[in-house]
Amino acid sequence: MNLNYTVRKFDAVIVGAGGAGLRAAIQLSEAGYRTAVLTKVFPTRSHTVAAQGGVAASLGNSEEDNWHWHMYDTIKGSDWLGDQDAVEFMCRKANEVVVELEHYGMPFDRLDNGKIYQRPFGGHMSNFGEKPVRRSCAAADRTGHAMLHAMYQRNVKVNTQFFVEWQALDLVRDAEGDVLGVTAMDMETGEIVVFHAKATIFATGGSGRIYYSSTNAFINTGDGLGMAARAGIPLEDMEFWQFHPTGVAGAGVLITEGVRGEGGILRNSAGERFMERYAPNAKDLASRDVVSRAMTTEINEGRGCGPNKDFVLLDITHLPPETIMKRLPGIHEIGIQFAGVDCLKEPLPVVPTCHYQMGGIPTNYLGQVVVPKDGNQSAPVQGFYAAGECACASVHGANRLGTNSLLDLLVFGKSAGETAVSELKSNVKAHKPLPQDSIDRTLARVNRLNHQKDGADVHQTRLAMQRTMQKHAGVFRFKDMLVEGVQRIDEIAGQVAQTQIKDKSQVFNTARIEALELDNLIEVAKATIVSANARTESRGAHVRDDATDTPETPDGRDDKNWLKHTLWYREGNRLDYKPVQMKPMSVDTIELKKRAY
Amino acid sequence: MEVNEDRKARINRLKWHCRRALLELDLVFDRFWERHEHDLDAQGEAALESLLELEDHDLWALVSGREVTDDSQQATMIQRLREVSPIANFE
Ligand SMILES: Cc1cc2nc3c(=O)[nH]c(=O)nc-3n(C[C@H](O)[C@H](O)[C@H](O)COP(=O)(O)OP(=O)(O)OC[C@H]3O[C@@H](n4cnc5c(N)ncnc54)[C@H](O)[C@@H]3O)c2cc1C
Repeated sequence: MNLNYTVRKFDAVIVGAGGAGLRAAIQLSEAGYRTAVLTKVFPTRSHTVAAQGGVAASLGNSEEDNWHWHMYDTIKGSDWLGDQDAVEFMCRKANEVVVELEHYGMPFDRLDNGKIYQRPFGGHMSNFGEKPVRRSCAAADRTGHAMLHAMYQRNVKVNTQFFVEWQALDLVRDAEGDVLGVTAMDMETGEIVVFHAKATIFATGGSGRIYYSSTNAFINTGDGLGMAARAGIPLEDMEFWQFHPTGVAGAGVLITEGVRGEGGILRNSAGERFMERYAPNAKDLASRDVVSRAMTTEINEGRGCGPNKDFVLLDITHLPPETIMKRLPGIHEIGIQFAGVDCLKEPLPVVPTCHYQMGGIPTNYLGQVVVPKDGNQSAPVQGFYAAGECACASVHGANRLGTNSLLDLLVFGKSAGETAVSELKSNVKAHKPLPQDSIDRTLARVNRLNHQKDGADVHQTRLAMQRTMQKHAGVFRFKDMLVEGVQRIDEIAGQVAQTQIKDKSQVFNTARIEALELDNLIEVAKATIVSANARTESRGAHVRDDATDTPETPDGRDDKNWLKHTLWYREGNRLDYKPVQMKPMSVDTIELKKRAY
Repeated sequence: MEVNEDRKARINRLKWHCRRALLELDLVFDRFWERHEHDLDAQGEAALESLLELEDHDLWALVSGREVTDDSQQATMIQRLREVSPIANFE
């Protein structure tokens, strides 16, 4: 069977209708450009909906605050791997994008005087790390959802054209390296269409499903990263993944920090409150990475719970039931649904769980995708932009602060849209001709899948990948495990190249969709484990057992050798590095220091 | 044959609409399909379809029992979704 395709022309095509994609689309449509937004699910079902904590902006509505402090916190949080120009840009733009959102109709919580209410959040401090500051703006416990609604309505008003339930398959890139759009499949009919565009923006979100235990919804399969990698674009800093200490064991569902805030205690198989040994002062309320590592150590040293000794317990049975039901709504139900545990009577099984991807498609603060070329470390790829969790600007460096990712997607979504508009106005007048070979590669990939015989089962192969990533490149990393993991993931990649589906139907063929998603997940898994294996220091979320704490390398961080961004290339599973931008746009460099709270 | 093809297409469409923004819902639907793919009748399909129109937070409020619906067809489906949890008879 030969596959047919049709071509549709737009000024801009945006892949993804979460926060980043919707924000970028507003910019282009408002400027009058014909803009198509492709999304696998209805826009307001994008994963941004899950965000509850809020969005950071130093509005200073409740107490003094400013972008210099926010910038400092972000760079410190990043363990100095964040690019200081991009971090300055983001923190300076925060107030503007939040106020814009207010104008689009976002129902922020308010103070009595009508200003946006702000609450404190981990890592956000006043006066260069002195004490917590109220910086997070929220809309009850539905911040992400409200944000998407406001921006979706705005897009409808300015005539953005949505292609809902379309799956983008590959980038279209010509011999000069310019990006000219994407190939995509209409899930409803199985039809393949080339979206031919002068500007292509990726806003495909995270890839948390590479891990077995993940707080991410099933939709987060790293499609943008897979597509970029297959088109020869490197992926940046993929060894850095934030783990949340308390995901329900076996399910991943997030149990908020608020539970420990209300007095929840972590215990090992002996019933011991083990955090007293690791963080005598903060105990169970120590920072995310400290708690996650302590939990992993307990499990690795045989003090885990359950038949496989592979989780620890979060105990709130000592709290009055009224407190739990009133202050922690939802936790009781989550325990019942996903752990089979009534948390009023029994402790909850929890494990450190993959939560957020700091790395991604390399961009600058203008939202342009940048790659090393002819001696320039960061040469823009013509016609290609990225924003949100799929991109690496890099503002989160080795570790993201909570509430900074909703800010990231607003600032860089807008920035990518703005840069595309200015390119369309001044430089890119016409569509370049489509390269047939690039389109043929997509067709070949789909054809291979449709006709594969005696191949690998998609579900089993994905599970093998997820378990391998969890075991070999989890929250705490060991040299031998990483080496073995690289090998194992390579073998699994071989199986992914031969996946087979039984269902050959056209209408919403979920088996085919999932097989195509697995093609993307495996690229992210390879990038992660190869990058992690190579980086022999500990920094932020990447913590290795063999990176020793010395005066030159405090907590294992080795600035002399490793203050640099990783770039992973699919071709040859190869690594390259580029320097961290230590120079901000207008202020002095925030000098290297040990990251301590 | 045609009837089967139609059902398959409808079920596949419903399955995709069960891809949600909240992991909680993904997990519940995953279990639901494992158990009920073959015994879902037309009434069940309709009830599920109407529930899938809801916003994720509202749907989760129903599935987790924090809210209730007046629609009896929907309520029956919610009950089935709740029953696929590990301890079905928890009071
Ligand atoms: C449980 C949870 C809570 C969180 N809470 C917060 C918080 O309080 N504050 C905060 O700042 N951050 C939070 N985060 C992180 C934050 O929510 C995400 O980083 C952010 O929402 C990502 O937005 P995005 O626009 O990049 O992608 P998403 O919102 O994930 O959107 C991705 C879009 O891309 C589309 N897409 C993907 N692949 C394809 C394809 N192949 N073809 C077509 N379309 C495609 C999808 O359909 C979707 O529309 C949280 C994360 C989780 C998991």
